[in-house]
Amino acid sequence: MMEPYVKDFQAFASNGAAGAPPWLREIREGAIARFAALGFPTMKQEAWRFTSVAPIAEQHFTLAPPLVSRLPSPAVVESLALGLGPRIVVVDGRYAPGLSSLAGLPEGVQATSLAAATRAGPGGELARRHLARYAPWQDNAFAALNTAFLADGAFVHIAADTALAQPLEILFLATSGAGGGAADGPAVSHPRSLFVVERGARAALIESYASLADGVQWTNAVTETVVGEAARVELYRVQREGRNAYHIATTQSRQERDSYLALHALTLGGSLARHDITTVLDGPGAELILNGLYLLGGSQHADHHTVIDHAQPHCASHEFFNGVLAERSHGVFNGRIIVRPGAQRTDSKQTNNNLLLSTEARADSQPQLEIYADDVKCTHGSTVGPLDQTALYYLRSRGLSPETARSLVTYGFAAEILGRMQRPDVRERLDGLVRAGLA
Amino acid sequence: MTRNALLEIRDLHATVEGQEILRGIDLTVRAGEVHAIMGPNGSGKSTLAQVLAGHPAYVVTAGSARYEGKDLLAMTPEERAREGVFLAFQYPVAIRGITNAYFLRAAVNAIRKHRGEEQLGPVEFMDALEEKLKVIGWDDSYLSRPVNEGFSGGEKKRNEILQLAVLEPKLAILDETDSGLDIDALKTVAQTVQKLRRPDNATVIVTHYYRILTHIQPDVVHVLSAGRIVKSGGKELALELEEKGYDWIREAAPVA
Ligand SMILES: Nc1ncnc2c1ncn2[C@@H]1O[C@H](COP(=O)(O)OP(=O)(O)OP(=O)(O)O)[C@@H](O)[C@H]1O
Ligand SMILES: [Mg+2]
Repeated sequence: MMEPYVKDFQAFASNGAAGAPPWLREIREGAIARFAALGFPTMKQEAWRFTSVAPIAEQHFTLAPPLVSRLPSPAVVESLALGLGPRIVVVDGRYAPGLSSLAGLPEGVQATSLAAATRAGPGGELARRHLARYAPWQDNAFAALNTAFLADGAFVHIAADTALAQPLEILFLATSGAGGGAADGPAVSHPRSLFVVERGARAALIESYASLADGVQWTNAVTETVVGEAARVELYRVQREGRNAYHIATTQSRQERDSYLALHALTLGGSLARHDITTVLDGPGAELILNGLYLLGGSQHADHHTVIDHAQPHCASHEFFNGVLAERSHGVFNGRIIVRPGAQRTDSKQTNNNLLLSTEARADSQPQLEIYADDVKCTHGSTVGPLDQTALYYLRSRGLSPETARSLVTYGFAAEILGRMQRPDVRERLDGLVRAGLA
Repeated sequence: MTRNALLEIRDLHATVEGQEILRGIDLTVRAGEVHAIMGPNGSGKSTLAQVLAGHPAYVVTAGSARYEGKDLLAMTPEERAREGVFLAFQYPVAIRGITNAYFLRAAVNAIRKHRGEEQLGPVEFMDALEEKLKVIGWDDSYLSRPVNEGFSGGEKKRNEILQLAVLEPKLAILDETDSGLDIDALKTVAQTVQKLRRPDNATVIVTHYYRILTHIQPDVVHVLSAGRIVKSGGKELALELEEKGYDWIREAAPVA
């Protein structure tokens, strides 16, 4: 069912979004055309072999209306935010200034709504230079749809050699199904984010996705991050939407020379989640840590497709994804590593370990190495299996009860990922979410 | 039952995967003693050790094992540990994501709880650990690493020794803890065992080498062959084995 979205687009383009600059309107027109041509993916496509988006494709999600009556109370926002520093709050894809708190940002740090950034001023130039330049909306129907409806979200710019001491949190809230509205049918929002961290700057950013209700809702997010020369970025991403949420996301990063990016992705929520993470190591000496955890239960389905593109020599990438799958849940991991011709001295390591806590849980793990250079070091490994009985016995032989042993071994899968998060304050909060998820 | 026998094994038979490995073990270990068990590869030494620790894959088909007069075989692995039985594994197991410090403290607290003692917080525990770490020549860095993950063979053995030192069991069974250790670490094992040597506890050392026994001075040396103890003697038996090998006492292999 693509046509309704094309229709919605026409309404969107002629009403609310008419004020956008011509360059943006042009991108949107191109993106809706791509969406119409691509259509929703099917399981016949290799990249969607294990994930059916039929629950999304078979119904129509109306575009979430602009805020007004749906704004959550500050108390609700407080309860859902990690609250470790300044924050931007985005509700149904729209920047909510009243709920955001950006006091105390150092000079050189711009954190604002994407809508504002695409308008005039120096920010507008930046947005124009970077927005929609990286995310693959030509090939990915969901990224195309997000780009077609691109209106708002978060924009963060960190000027060269600027250090952001506290983590900057961007909290995305989905309200569909929260009641109170006249047209409270299933709605979609297309939050869009652009993070530009300039040369030599340092920052920790947190993207956090949560729901205000357990109603059927669809979040279709795209985030583009540019990590400038010798910049150091830690990007945390937490998805803990509601039990009937569909969460589709593209996280696209580009790293320049000698930059460092640690991207931590934690998937806890949603009934159906698909996260495409792509990083291009686009300058020599760049380093990437891609560190992810999915913790699923019930009939949750989460699919992580990662692409690490070694486009330049002397780059390192270390990827670790762990899955803990309970009940009837299904985890999918596909890790593609591309080493382009000329990307010599690439050092790349990938692991994906899946713990099946029930006989009905399922994990599919697929490494995909495409190496076109000869002087490289690439290793990968993946495991899928139940709790290690020998490990349980070892712990019991030291006096731990079977329950404690089980929970320790299970928690270990998560702890391995949490342990790579560098900020103790963020790690502690996420550890709390993980422990709650495992309880 | 013999007075002050800490461990008393009678005619113990055990199978793994339906195959009989232990074929009638008799062994009495009294408080205050150190026993050594030697024997060819595959003779059942680790099987015996694991049966005593409660490994679920080993099935006891006949016989008994009493520990402090209680039926050891009726106890779960964790009950045995809490009652003071400790097995240093021949092949220590890695636990991903769980730090050594966390693991050690959990083990200590499980045992303390069983004894009705107060739980140790992270800080108190680290204080108590300091001295034990020194003994095995380790710094804190091993504590923040996941249990045995990526440890070298010798490091895994040292980690077993650290656990032994921290848990202070009544009955310690060391399954080839001396294999793969460098000379200094070997002395550490010996020292740790000597330190634990008290009138009220006992140690069983499974080993292939005479060397460790020169440091420890066992009271009795046993030879296990094809699932039975075929010879027992003093320390000089170990020396004799070192010189002559097992052929002269080896039992005919069981007809499978
Ligand atoms: N889980 C198992 N499955 C099948 N066979 C087993 C298993 N565990 C032990 N065995 C067999 O039982 C026999 C005794 O093994 P055990 O490990 O007790 O020997 P050991 O005396 O400790 O030898 P080593 O000196 O090499 O450590 C061997 O033949 C071994 O192959
Ligand atoms: Mg053995």
